[in-house]
Amino acid sequence: MSDMRQISVNVNGCQYDRTVEPRLLLSDFLRHDLGLTGTHVGCEHGVCGACTILLDGQPVRSCLVFAVQADGCEIDTVEGLGTMEKLHPIQQAFRETHGVQCGFCTPGILMTLVPFLEENSDPSEPEIRQAISGNLCRCTGYQHIVDAVLLAAEESRPEHSQ
Amino acid sequence: MTERYVGQRITRNEDPRLLTGQALFVDDMDIPGMLHAAFLRSDYAHARINSIDVSAARKRPGVVAVYTAEDLGDYWRPGPLLVPAPHSVENVIFNQRTQVPLVKDKAKYVGEAIAVVFAVSRYVAEDALEDIWVDYEPLAPVVDIERALDSDAPLIHEGLDSNLCAHLAQEKGDYEAACREADLVISRRIAIDRGAAAAMENRGLVANWDDKSQQLTLWDTTQAPIPVRNGLAGMLGLSEHQVRVIAPFVGGGFGPKIMMFLPEEVLLPWASMKLKRPIKWIEDRQENFYATTQERGQVHQAEMALTSDGRILGIKDVFVHDTGAYDPYGMTLPLNTQSHAMGAYDVPNYLTDAKVVFTNKMIVTPVRGAGRPQGIFVAERLLDLAARKLGIDRIEIRKRNFISPDDFPHNHKIIDQAFSPLVLDSGNYRLALEQAAERIGWQEFIGEEQPRLVAEGKHVGIGIASFIETTGIGPYEGARITVEASGKISVATGVGTQGQGHFTSFAQIVADQLGVSVRDVHLVTGDTAAFHWGTGTFASRGAVVAANAIYAAAKTVRAKIFDLASKTLETPKEKLELVDGHVRVADIPDQAITLGELAVLANPMRGAVEPGSEPGLEATDYFGPRYGATASGTHAMILEVDSDTMMVEIKRYVAVEDCGTVLNPLIVDGQIHGGVALGIANSYYEKLVFDEAGQLLNASLADYLIPSALEIPRIEIGHEETLSPLNPLGTKGAGEAGTIPVPALFAQALEDALADYDLEILEMPLSPNRLFELMQEARMERGDA
Ligand code: FES
Ligand code: FES
Repeated sequence: MSDMRQISVNVNGCQYDRTVEPRLLLSDFLRHDLGLTGTHVGCEHGVCGACTILLDGQPVRSCLVFAVQADGCEIDTVEGLGTMEKLHPIQQAFRETHGVQCGFCTPGILMTLVPFLEENSDPSEPEIRQAISGNLCRCTGYQHIVDAVLLAAEESRPEHSQ
Repeated sequence: MTERYVGQRITRNEDPRLLTGQALFVDDMDIPGMLHAAFLRSDYAHARINSIDVSAARKRPGVVAVYTAEDLGDYWRPGPLLVPAPHSVENVIFNQRTQVPLVKDKAKYVGEAIAVVFAVSRYVAEDALEDIWVDYEPLAPVVDIERALDSDAPLIHEGLDSNLCAHLAQEKGDYEAACREADLVISRRIAIDRGAAAAMENRGLVANWDDKSQQLTLWDTTQAPIPVRNGLAGMLGLSEHQVRVIAPFVGGGFGPKIMMFLPEEVLLPWASMKLKRPIKWIEDRQENFYATTQERGQVHQAEMALTSDGRILGIKDVFVHDTGAYDPYGMTLPLNTQSHAMGAYDVPNYLTDAKVVFTNKMIVTPVRGAGRPQGIFVAERLLDLAARKLGIDRIEIRKRNFISPDDFPHNHKIIDQAFSPLVLDSGNYRLALEQAAERIGWQEFIGEEQPRLVAEGKHVGIGIASFIETTGIGPYEGARITVEASGKISVATGVGTQGQGHFTSFAQIVADQLGVSVRDVHLVTGDTAAFHWGTGTFASRGAVVAANAIYAAAKTVRAKIFDLASKTLETPKEKLELVDGHVRVADIPDQAITLGELAVLANPMRGAVEPGSEPGLEATDYFGPRYGATASGTHAMILEVDSDTMMVEIKRYVAVEDCGTVLNPLIVDGQIHGGVALGIANSYYEKLVFDEAGQLLNASLADYLIPSALEIPRIEIGHEETLSPLNPLGTKGAGEAGTIPVPALFAQALEDALADYDLEILEMPLSPNRLFELMQEARMERGDA
């Protein structure tokens, strides 16, 4: 317990230097040490996907990573996407299609989708379903989430922005 | 007045906060000096506890306190009975045995709380659980509900002479006489097993006793903050005004988050007062499987008597219902089952007999659907088997038996979960059935597509099932609406919200009445400091009971606005109109006053006010329906079974719903999608598996399979709108409807897809393995194994 470690991470563009126990989960570090509570925790055993964040650009389950493993890494969480006044296009699409009900799964799904949409500008419905198949949602039956991704993809394509 | 918002697909007011990670959930609370709780839970389903040694745990650095039942003194007492037994039925038996805060002498289910640790962090609190030594003496458990009443069954509760929790029989007409006249009697054993609600957010609490102000604040993932406040105040010896319960954003409820007075909720506030420290407890997923309430276990011996042309003469349903180790929720669930086992049909003779039994499993309380899916499963399955036997089309036999549209209100002459007569208020069941058949392409599928696919060797099937849902029960809800000096509107109501979009659908009602933008209506819900009358969000009642209270209060405020504006503008009310946050004289638009200015005038700082007048543009109103509004609908599906893997693919899914007036179709569609997804889960994926020792074998999301986006199909939705005559808005609940018919529908479609096996599916949930076994059994019976 006593051997604390010094870590330094960049979260949403801000640098944080903290001393942590080696066993501290990255999800707990983000939520409770940094106060970034937008990342949610639904199972702490790597199944639900609610805790998904980007670690050096890759979607990762923060409940399966120790904070010390993120030393020197860049992390993106939902707080770094859009703001309440200016939602990120994927957040806006979720709002338009009612992709959110209780909102507990939402941050993890958004963080899964950001890199997915960067790599797939014109995904099919089966591809979208595959992409979010590691994120559980108990409220929506997924349909409005799928609709949100279709809408966000459509709006991001060049022909649309003209 | 034009209805600008009600009925429209309005995007939600609450979404920006939820989408940006700014919405407050209970686990997001952080208070300086906060302790963290962890619970030691029984490893055995049934065990005497000879001794508990917590001395090592108390010594661990960072541990502040460890309590067992012994430390609770007078505070240790069984929890309240949330719903009493119905007094209006003769010969009801009900043995009240409610849960205890910590086990004193005997643990009655795996996961029952035995001790609690409070420490400086959750990590340390969990470490300290390992230091506690419990001397258990394991006892034989009661696991199988059909054997709970055997004479040699182990006794769970001392002081009772069996494991019978309750017995309730109701009858209308004379079933036995109907049976004698019947051409066909279908009699089957039907079994439905347990599942979990599994909201994505586990339960959680933060309790903060402030010694200086003598105030207790509890952030609670509850669906019912007001009853929690009132109950805790009583238990803790505080005035209700000293207790504030806040249900902030809650990550899905689905029933178990009503959670009134489970051990954690009772112990945290008490410990916070004793230790004078804020305390947090957040359930982990494994605890959610062991220690959050569950539902659905029932075994029915059910009969349907019919004429040769498929008319139902009567139904008899004798069933056993599993309540788990305790019964805080009274008889709500078996009553719901009794209310739904006649389905959407005109059943002249009905005999229903429910025995509720104690078992050594987690407590059973409502989970989305709440006893109704079981009832509908019984009615629909028996009718399907009758149709098969009589050679009548599945759609036709339903049409022959529906309650006719001119037979409403339809009194079923038994009592429902609210102990009121089961009266179905309104509906037109045939329309939904026809629409569903049309949308799914019933005729084309059966006539062309299915024969073609079957010829290709595919196992494809179609199903159609109808249902009713009693919703929107009383007693009442209330709301207070205030026009603020800014011209914005604040609305306070007592129901909690767990994702149903109340911030928006309720705001739509107010915005229409008060002529403001829906974005300018700010709703506070689930905070007892803002509104302290009401019961909570359950039984699909928000859009009925709370919405109508809001509607009433909004109309009163509207009248006050016109009164004051008429005086101020010196114009008769009839000449005034309320638009865009202004009251103006109809033909002279520049003669106007804003709502904000009126609000200031209504609350003068100086001068005399007229006697009898109330300050402000504000009103509080309540709504309590005479009895519940009954929603209904028909679902249809086409599925394909892969006969090598037994995996099922749902090809099409159609849900036609009648929930009366639709306040916001976007939100209602979302409710239906989520409900259907749970129904599919209940049919083919999710089952809590207990072994003979009462151990839950799949207590993780890796083993308990919640369907993902790959298993849940796109759901096509159709609406019928027969308005409820029982409330001014004409609404009926929609929260649970999606779930209710799915198991019955799934079973029927599977039978159709596997027609060559001549299966009868009389149990739920299934799984690929179980379906394989059923097919093997069918083969053996045919002798071609
Ligand atoms: S909390 Fe990390 S996957 Fe569920
Ligand atoms: S919106 Fe509630 S879990 Fe997804």
